Amino acid sequence: MAELLQVKDLVTQFKTESGVVKAVNGVSYYINEQEIIGLVGESGCGKSVSQLSVMQLISAPGEIAGGKVIFEGKDLLKYKPHGPEMRSVRGAKIAMIFQEPMTSLNPVLTIGQQLTEMLVLHLEMSNDEAQKKAIELLNMVGIPAAERRLEDYPHNFSGGMRQRVMIAMGLSCNPKILIADEPTTALDVTTQAQLLEMMKDMVQRFRTSLIIVTHNLGVVARYAQRIYIMYAGRIVESGTTKDIFRNPRHPYTMGLLKCIPRLDEEEGKKLVPIEGLPPNLINMPPTCAFLPRCSWKIAKCSKKPWPELTSVGDNHFIRCYADTKEKK
Amino acid sequence: MNQKNNDVILEVSDLKMYFPVMRGLLRRKVADVKAIDGVSFKLMKDETLGLVGESGCGKTTVGRCVLGLYRATAGKIIFQGNDITALSEDKMQSYRKNIALIFQDPYSSLDPRQNAGSIVGEPLKIHRMIMTKGEYKDRVDELFSIVGLDPSMADRFPHEFSGGQRQRIGVARALACNPSLIICDEPISALDVSIQAQIINLLEELQDSAKDLSYLFIAHDLSVVRHISDRVAVMYLGHIVEICKSRELYEKPSHPYTRALLSAVPIADPFIEETRERIILKGEVPSPLNPPSGCPFHPRCFMAIPECSKVLPPLHTIETGHEVACIRV
Repeated sequence: MAELLQVKDLVTQFKTESGVVKAVNGVSYYINEQEIIGLVGESGCGKSVSQLSVMQLISAPGEIAGGKVIFEGKDLLKYKPHGPEMRSVRGAKIAMIFQEPMTSLNPVLTIGQQLTEMLVLHLEMSNDEAQKKAIELLNMVGIPAAERRLEDYPHNFSGGMRQRVMIAMGLSCNPKILIADEPTTALDVTTQAQLLEMMKDMVQRFRTSLIIVTHNLGVVARYAQRIYIMYAGRIVESGTTKDIFRNPRHPYTMGLLKCIPRLDEEEGKKLVPIEGLPPNLINMPPTCAFLPRCSWKIAKCSKKPWPELTSVGDNHFIRCYADTKEKK
Repeated sequence: MNQKNNDVILEVSDLKMYFPVMRGLLRRKVADVKAIDGVSFKLMKDETLGLVGESGCGKTTVGRCVLGLYRATAGKIIFQGNDITALSEDKMQSYRKNIALIFQDPYSSLDPRQNAGSIVGEPLKIHRMIMTKGEYKDRVDELFSIVGLDPSMADRFPHEFSGGQRQRIGVARALACNPSLIICDEPISALDVSIQAQIINLLEELQDSAKDLSYLFIAHDLSVVRHISDRVAVMYLGHIVEICKSRELYEKPSHPYTRALLSAVPIADPFIEETRERIILKGEVPSPLNPPSGCPFHPRCFMAIPECSKVLPPLHTIETGHEVACIRV
């Protein structure tokens, strides 16, 4: 299968008064056609910023300081953020769904206006065609009485319904890649399940690749084929979903899996928290950012800079010096 | 569990809380939002009862009624053998040192202009638990170390702490007056995954080391609730639909809503996820302004029969300590 999107050594930084924050610090990943991948990390690890960088949606004081985003053989970062080339990709070929369905829809425009705007702009449909297509899309994402609801404003919809509208909007131009940034975090569990199942069906139907950005390991366990774990602006582990969960090798991934309570755990099991706090991204030392919290550290860790991703198995990479295979 | 009456610390019976909806120029009452509509449960000494449900199910309202922050429309709240349902503000004050609250959001629940030490020590002053300045300082220092903060940080202000540390301050404040009941309202949902476990463990350790400390643990995250609770009550639209030991909740959930809720929670294990059956509910939670007749869950239920829309099923025991409100179970 061909790699549809390839991100290479992406660096995105924010210049603040107290120093330069490297929110994304040399991130590389790829996604194949019709694949679902997960990008997992805690708040501030750079998972959202890396996706916004792909879409060139970074505004001052942020800037993309390096790297390549190769999509269909062309480097998207060569395009001007507001130029026509980038605009023909953004929304049309790579679409994005945001976390907050409340704030990412325009409150003063009807759902119909917001849905048809993209169709008219990117697919050059006439207003009537766009209207028809919009109704079709709303039906597909399970919004009843779609024809009537086109006239409604975002506040007439519940949180789950708004996110359905966002998904319809994301898929409206039949994109190659859909980026879902914490698509269900603001929603209740049963709604979350409804939406994730629906999203999975939709991307299969549209033959779209899906990038799920989330902090919830459970969500990616069910839907993603491959997973990237991020910490402090870098990818610390990547591999197939099964490898990541059955055979995690980076200390951070291992810690993360041990510190979440599971529905099916045994009675009386203690959680093992990761001690300490995520690092401040301003003026980071060159050594591994997880070092202060790591229980596997060896002498080499504090002397050498953060290691490169090294292979520990078939398509399984970690960024760590310690031999985490023994005594697991 | 032997349910001797003196082991019960909190008994809530048939609690109802309706919020009136006023409309028009004369502010006439046009309807009621039935936030909780007949909730009953008992909380034992040293026990953790989890209250779980989706947003709008009334779980937070239950907690606030117990604290006397809302005046219940009907029903009874018995705390340590005394009826505290309709106490005046003065009398309620003396109970509040025995019932503490930990809030969801550690960012908005701490006064930004107060330093951490005085946030933690304020309950001591209000309830006149401390006589001298030296005693006060000692107690505040002690509270800081109990929750794993350095007492020298007492002069700092909330913005100088991280989310997890702030929630520790919230826990220390709750502990200040040695309460026998702490209501934890979503205490970890605003925190990062790797920090959540620290707070969960802290709460568990506190309960182990205290003599009598009960938690009413309100949360929407089933895995967390199941982990920390001895028993779990599942709420839907103002009613408790199932209440049982937390082990049984995962092993034999009985109410169709509980089953759907459990199946919707993803488990961080792709091998289990591959084979797990998922019950996807139809539609959305109805408005508590206009709840469905009969069983509140019947319009979305995959097991519903015509009778379900006629009668409100009461909780009935299907096994010792396992109660379900469903006529099909």
